[in-house]
Amino acid sequence: MSVQSAGRWGLIAQFPAPLRARFARNKLAVAGLVVVALFFLFCFVGPLLYSTDQIHTDLTQVNLRPSGAHWLGTDAVGHDELGRLMYGGKVSLLVGLAAGVLATVIGTLWGSVAGYAGGWVDAVMMRVVDAGIAIPALFILLVVSAITTPGVPGLIVILGLVSWLVPSRLVRAETLTLKSRDYVLTLRAIGGSHSRAITRHILPNSVSTIVVAATFQVADAILLVAYVSYLGLGVQPPSTDWGGMLSAGLTAAYSGRWWLIVPPGLAIILVVCAFNAVGDGLRDAFDVKGRG
Amino acid sequence: MNSILEIENLGVTFSTESGDVPAVRGVSLRVAAGETLALVGESGSGKSTVALAALGLLPGNALASGGVSVGGTDVVGAGEAELARLRGRTASMVFQEPATALDPLTRIGKQIAEVVRNHRDVSRQEAAAEAVGLLRRVGIPEPERRASAFPFQLSGGQRQRVVIAMAIANSPGLLVADEPTTALDVTVQAEILDLLRALAVDSGTGVLLVTHNMGVVADFADRVAVMLEGEVVETGAVEEVLLRPTHEYTRRLLAAVPRLAVTGSGSGTAVGKEAEGASVVELRHVSVQFGRGPRAVRALEDVSLTVRAGETVGLVGESGSGKSTAARVALGLVAPESGSVSLFGADLRKARGRARRALLSGVGVVLQDPVASLDARMSVAECVAEPLRVHRRGMGAAERRELVAEVLELVRLPRELARRGPRELSGGQRQRVSLARALVLEPRLLVADEPTSALDVSVQQTVLEVIAELQAELGFACLFVSHDLAVVQQFAGRVVVMRGGRVEEQGPTMSTLLHPETEYTRRLIAAVPVPDPVLQRERRERRVALGTEAGA
Repeated sequence: MSVQSAGRWGLIAQFPAPLRARFARNKLAVAGLVVVALFFLFCFVGPLLYSTDQIHTDLTQVNLRPSGAHWLGTDAVGHDELGRLMYGGKVSLLVGLAAGVLATVIGTLWGSVAGYAGGWVDAVMMRVVDAGIAIPALFILLVVSAITTPGVPGLIVILGLVSWLVPSRLVRAETLTLKSRDYVLTLRAIGGSHSRAITRHILPNSVSTIVVAATFQVADAILLVAYVSYLGLGVQPPSTDWGGMLSAGLTAAYSGRWWLIVPPGLAIILVVCAFNAVGDGLRDAFDVKGRG
Repeated sequence: MNSILEIENLGVTFSTESGDVPAVRGVSLRVAAGETLALVGESGSGKSTVALAALGLLPGNALASGGVSVGGTDVVGAGEAELARLRGRTASMVFQEPATALDPLTRIGKQIAEVVRNHRDVSRQEAAAEAVGLLRRVGIPEPERRASAFPFQLSGGQRQRVVIAMAIANSPGLLVADEPTTALDVTVQAEILDLLRALAVDSGTGVLLVTHNMGVVADFADRVAVMLEGEVVETGAVEEVLLRPTHEYTRRLLAAVPRLAVTGSGSGTAVGKEAEGASVVELRHVSVQFGRGPRAVRALEDVSLTVRAGETVGLVGESGSGKSTAARVALGLVAPESGSVSLFGADLRKARGRARRALLSGVGVVLQDPVASLDARMSVAECVAEPLRVHRRGMGAAERRELVAEVLELVRLPRELARRGPRELSGGQRQRVSLARALVLEPRLLVADEPTSALDVSVQQTVLEVIAELQAELGFACLFVSHDLAVVQQFAGRVVVMRGGRVEEQGPTMSTLLHPETEYTRRLIAAVPVPDPVLQRERRERRVALGTEAGA
C-alpha cells in the first residue's frame, strides 16, 4: 500500500466529523480525492503488477501500436508506454508533493514570523516576498535548471524555493488576526514566550489555511515540473516524468503515434484538476479564504 | 384596543445540520398604538427571533407557524413583495449595531432619502428636504450640513440616531428595536432612549423593544413580556413585572441584576475602607500614544493609579476612555511612552528574560470575550495548564493534571470538563475556565478586563461570586475593568473613573459613586438606568434637569 495515499486519508480522518461530512458533500472534491488516490496506486503499486524494463532501450520493439503485449504501445526507444507512465508518474507525483510541502513549510515559517513580529521586521520580510513575486517563478526555474541540470532532490529544492511566496502571504494574513486574539494576549501577559505563542496557538489555528494552501501548492508544483521537463531541463534520461514524456512524444504525435502523447497529457490534467478539486473542497469545508 | 402588532400562538423552528431546533413556542403578544412592549430574556430565549418574525425577516431555514399581523396585514403567509411594501412603511426596525446598519459608502442624507422614495412617490428634492427634517428631528446638530456626511464621520450615538431617522422616515405604526442601545455608552444610551420615547409619544408609534437590560425596560417600557426557552412566562405592566414579579424565573432574573445603589451614606460601608497593604501594581504618570506623527492618538495622558495587596480596584469609564489600555500597561502588553510601571515593586519595563518571567508569574488575566479567550484547538485541561507549562516547566504530567482538576473545582466546574473542548462549553463556563487558568499559579494580582460583559446576568452573578469568594480565600489583589457601574459598585473597594485617557477622579467606591466630585461622574451615574420603573422615572427627570442645567 502506498504510504502517500494512506497519509492523505489519515490527514482527512483526523479532522472533526462535521468537517468530514461537509467535505463528503462536495462530490467534485471526493472525486478528486479518489483520482489522486488512484494515481498514487497506479504509479507506486502498479509497477509490481505490470513489470516493464524502463532502463534499457530495446530497438526491436520501437513505436509499436497498443496491443495485448504493450497495452499502450511502446515509444521510440522501445520502452513500454504504460510502464513508462507509472515510472514517470512516480517522479512527477513525488517531486510535486515534496516541493509543494517544502514551499508550504517555508512560506508558513516566513509568514508567521513576519506577521507576528510586525513593524519593520514585517515590512522588510514582506518586501522580500513582493520582490520574489515580481519575478516570474518559471523564469527563475528555467535559469537555475539550465545552469545546474538538477536531479530529483535538486528539482524539489528549486521548486520549493520559487513557490513559497503565496503561502507566506496567506499565513501572514492569518497570523495578523490571530496574534491579537485574547488567548495570545493572555499568554503574553503571563510571560509566555513568542515561540510558544506561534507554535502552540497561531500555527495550530492556521492549520486550515495551511492545508488548503499546501494542496494547491502540490497541484502547481506538478504543473511546474511538467513545464521544466517539457523544455528538457528536468530529470534526465533514462529517468523521466510526465512532462519529459510529453516532450519526447511530441514529434511522434505528428506521425500519428497518439499513444505517446495523450496518456501523459491526460495524466497531468487529471492529477492537477484532482488536487485543485480537493483543495476547493477543503477550503469550503474549513470555510477559509482561498489562494492569495 | 387598537393593536398595531398582533402575534397569535407563534412558533418558529430552525432546521439545522443536526436536526430541527424549536426556537419559539406558542408566543402570543400584542402591541397597541403608542405603547412600548419590552421583550426581555437571556440569550437563547428566542426574543430576537420573535422580533424578526414580526417583520417577516426570519432566515431561510426557519419555519414559522401561527399568526403575526402588522397593522392588519398577515406576515406569516405573505409574499416577498407584500413584505417589502410593509417594511419601512407600516413597520420598521432598529438594529443593535449602528456601524453595520448603514452603508459606509453612501452619504447619510441620501440613505434616508432612499427609504422615503422607496415607499412614497416624491421628487428627489422633496426626499432630500425630508431627510434633513428627519435628521433635525432625531437631534443631529446642523442637519443641512450633516446630511452630506458619511457614516464614518459620525459617532456611534449619532449613527444610531441616523438609523432611527431611517426607521421613522415613513411614520410607521410599529417600530421594532432589537437591543438598540446595547452597543452604546450609558450616557449615549440615555439620549437614544429619550429620543425613542419622544418619537413614540409624538406620533403614536407602537414599539416592540427587545433587550436584556432591565434598566432600559424600567426606563422605557409600558408593558413587559418575559421569555424563557422560547416561551413567554410572564406578561404585565412594567411596574407589576419589575416590582412584583409572579413567575419564579422573573424573580430569579431580577435578583441577579446588579443594582446601582443611588442612596445611602457614603462613609462607613465595609467595602469602603482604605487598603493599607504594599502596592502590587503602580502606574505613575503614564502616557501612551498609538501611532506616530500628526495622526497619533493619545490613549493615556498622565495616568497614575495603584492597586494594593488584597484590594479590588474598579476601573470604569466609557468606550475610548483608556481603561483597557491602562490595564494593558499594567500587564506590560502596552509600553508607555513616558511614566513608569512597577509590578510587585520592580520596574516592569527594565525587567528582561528570566526576571520578567518571574514577575509575570504572579499575574492572572481574564479578558472579556468568552469565545476568543480560550484556544478552541486545545482541551480545557491544556488551556488551564498553559501557565504551568510556561512557569513550572519541570512539573510532571500527573501532578499537572491533578492541579488542573483542583483549580477547576475551585471555580466550581466538574473535573470531567478537563477533557472537553472550549466549543462544548457555555459562555459562563468558558469564563470560569479562563479564571481557572488565571488562578492556577496562585497569582498576587488578577487583572480582569470586562470579564462578565458578554454574559447573561444570572451567569454574570455566578462568575462574580466565584471571583469574590476566591479572592477572600486566596487574597489576591484585583484590577477590575468594567463599563458597568453597578457591577463595580458591588465588587470593588476603590474606583478609578477614566475619561478621554485621563483619570477623572478616584476614591473609595461608595463615596465616589454616591457623592461624585466631578460633573462627568455625576452625569455618568445619572445616565445608568435602574431596574425600578418608579425610581427610574424620578432619576430620569433629575437627569434631564441636570442636562439643561449643564447646557445653560
